[in-house]
Amino acid sequence: MKRVVITGAGTVNPLGLNVPDTLAAMRNGVCGIGPLAFRDVERLSIQIGGQVHGFDGESQHNRQKIALYDRFTQFTLAAASEAIIQSGLVFEGELAAKSGVVLGTAGGGVSTWDDNYRAVYAEGKNRVHPFVVPRLMNNAAASHVSMEHRLKGPSFTVSTACASSNHAMAQAFSMIRSGMAPVMVTGGSESMLCFGGVKAWEGLRVMSRDACRPFSANRNGMVQGEGAGIFVFEDYDHACARGAEILCEVSGFAMTSDASDIVMPSKAGAARAIKGALQDARINPDEVGYINAHGTGTMANDKTECAAVADVFGTHADRLMISSTKSMHGHLIGGTGAVELLACIMALRDGVIAPTIGYEEPDPDCALDVVPNIARDSRVTVALSNAFAFGGMNAVLALRAI
Amino acid sequence: MNIKDQVISIIADQAFLTPSDVSMSSTLDSLGIDSMGIVESIFAIEETFDVSVPFNANQPDATGFDISSVASIVAGVERLRAEQA
Repeated sequence: MKRVVITGAGTVNPLGLNVPDTLAAMRNGVCGIGPLAFRDVERLSIQIGGQVHGFDGESQHNRQKIALYDRFTQFTLAAASEAIIQSGLVFEGELAAKSGVVLGTAGGGVSTWDDNYRAVYAEGKNRVHPFVVPRLMNNAAASHVSMEHRLKGPSFTVSTACASSNHAMAQAFSMIRSGMAPVMVTGGSESMLCFGGVKAWEGLRVMSRDACRPFSANRNGMVQGEGAGIFVFEDYDHACARGAEILCEVSGFAMTSDASDIVMPSKAGAARAIKGALQDARINPDEVGYINAHGTGTMANDKTECAAVADVFGTHADRLMISSTKSMHGHLIGGTGAVELLACIMALRDGVIAPTIGYEEPDPDCALDVVPNIARDSRVTVALSNAFAFGGMNAVLALRAI
Repeated sequence: MNIKDQVISIIADQAFLTPSDVSMSSTLDSLGIDSMGIVESIFAIEETFDVSVPFNANQPDATGFDISSVASIVAGVERLRAEQA
């Protein structure tokens, strides 16, 4: 079994258009959630979200290419470039032939669907652009990363709603650990902040109209975000041999299914995933210093997640820190685990724990150290990242400082 | 059908019961309607009466639309209809 490390990270999200800006915003407890701005927003009952501002995908690519890139692909390509440049890797020969791309997304090209349904249904047009299908397909982003960086090994897209990124990164990790691939580009992206994308979520009645306040007694729901997080996962020996800078080690993961309800979370399913990740990574529960929570800000998730953590860790649950950065960047759905992995890397490398902002009132059902409102300096050697999706599909990653 | 009978019909449908099994004092819980069933019932009420019900599943008690019994839901719909008129 190979050891797996992260040698590059990139992102575009509501907190920043790259990793340094994002980590600075997390350290400072910046809120990237605000009024949504897009066509027909006035017809929505939910009008806030974590939108990416100042991102000019159009100018980064020529006209021929941009016609093929939905916004979720544009985010992905920008984040992938940042990650691959940081890794210092150039994919050629044998390395290119064996390395691939596994990405997560829940909706793929949602705004391409939205724009073109509008054209044919609302505007009565009978013709759409020839590239609608290659723009909207869920694997478009992974395909364009493989094309742009000449990654010719195993590439595909994983779609498990809010756990998509974690499932994708677990796949990439497994492929390196088993020796199948020396390097994998992995993570996820989402761009659902358009009229249809938000309207669909409104229907569930779980969205907040004012803020995402995970673990706070007065929390009133989730807030959507958009963006991408992309990482270079690499065989440890391969990284050492070329003298690469290592951000941290990915030491294990677990995936479980609740097999119970399509939307309500299960404590048992979450607990089995957390426990499974510790076992897979051969980590003692008391080594875990930080958990990046799924922490959506809904009544059901936060209560269930805290109960699962208490179950797995026993008395150590009161000593570890658990925060939800969704309070700052919103819920990036299929991309969320990838952006949240950045908070784990910051904890392990910089000794800075990202806060749960918007925290106003303690909830006895969430009586853990949720790092309320202000980031904290603390040395941690092991961090976990939780993702618990609709459909009861859970994926937890375990990371270790190196 | 008046508002009361229409609301009872919606709730009975959601609970897989006949309207005669649903009384004004019934609670949604006693009828076996879970949180997703509540969200579906509210959607059906909005579609039937062309109103917007201010309901957030995270704060079922804090959104100004009382769902504690069939009677309170009927009263809430009557109020929304009156406000609309």
